[in-house]
Amino acid sequence: MSKLKIPTGILAMAVVALMATSCKDTKKENNNEDAHHTEQMEENGHLDDGVQDHSTMDHDKMGLSDKMMDMNKNAMRSSQIVGDYLELKNALVADNKEAAAKVGEKLVGSLENFDKSKFDKEQQGELTDIIEDATEHAEHIAKSHLDHQREHFDVLSKDVIDLISITGTKKTLYQDFCPMFNDKKGAQWLSATKEIKNPYYGSKMVTCGSVQKQIN
Amino acid sequence: MKIAKVIGWVLLIVLVGIQFVSTTRNQSDIVPTTDFMIVNNVPKPVENSLITSCYDCHSNNTNYPWYNKVQPVAWFLEGHVEDGKKELNFNEWGNYSSRRRNSKLKSIISQIEDDEMPLTSYTLIHSDAQLSEKNKEIVIKWITQLKDSL
Repeated sequence: MSKLKIPTGILAMAVVALMATSCKDTKKENNNEDAHHTEQMEENGHLDDGVQDHSTMDHDKMGLSDKMMDMNKNAMRSSQIVGDYLELKNALVADNKEAAAKVGEKLVGSLENFDKSKFDKEQQGELTDIIEDATEHAEHIAKSHLDHQREHFDVLSKDVIDLISITGTKKTLYQDFCPMFNDKKGAQWLSATKEIKNPYYGSKMVTCGSVQKQIN
Repeated sequence: MKIAKVIGWVLLIVLVGIQFVSTTRNQSDIVPTTDFMIVNNVPKPVENSLITSCYDCHSNNTNYPWYNKVQPVAWFLEGHVEDGKKELNFNEWGNYSSRRRNSKLKSIISQIEDDEMPLTSYTLIHSDAQLSEKNKEIVIKWITQLKDSL
């Protein structure tokens, strides 16, 4: 009996200690959030490296060819993302959940490496939004079953379409449409070949869909 | 016999010891103006369902059960709430871009439809958080309308 009394005493002390510390914790969380914000701002502050800055160049030379070069560079910046996306699309066409998950993971990395510092302010805002959203979908694709992967791929496709409308692309791409997916609301995807290979239904209905438009 | 006794004491000491480890509690009295219910004109039945079934892990205010004061339960819940808020925080709705809102609404519909949310581990204890078929339908219908209106 006496042995039992000691633990209850300790337990009571523990409860008191817990109550005393709980107030402190709420504050701690707020501080963490602040710290996180500044960290992010700092990160945005020095994204600038790698590609040459054109604003310091001689004005006379800023002709058409430089503009073309800029466009090419912007397209280069998104090419890794588009490459991963197309690989992911192929995995879904092949009903290959494992391969899709692996590419999803790779895509998270490519999205993270995307350099938006050379775009104008408005575009940067839009790009941040696209990248954030796409990253979440890629993360989910990396850990979901096939049905969910396809649901996320639907929204991801919209993100990538919007992304290349800003960055441009050097590849010839086809914007395809599947009218059945999404409770018959339809879903788009991008492909590098003209032939329809449906990533939303895979082997079940691989030729279902149509080309909406050709990009480049 | 002696070994069993020693093990028993060690376990007890560990159990008492971990009670001193503090966890972050997710509690706030403030409903920010960015809250889902303030940004959107949410009908009462939908609001009730979302608050009972979702807000514990997807907002800045968790209605904690008494046993959350006990470790290791508190750890388990802390992790859950942290993940939940990272995925979707209804209090932050107004800060989401329209692209993100669209993504989130789509996920909400799909998760509820597939009975993946609310989590079974959560509804086991909070039986009131379990969405009935009727409530599921009401919530999905309204969320779909909201998504289509974006």
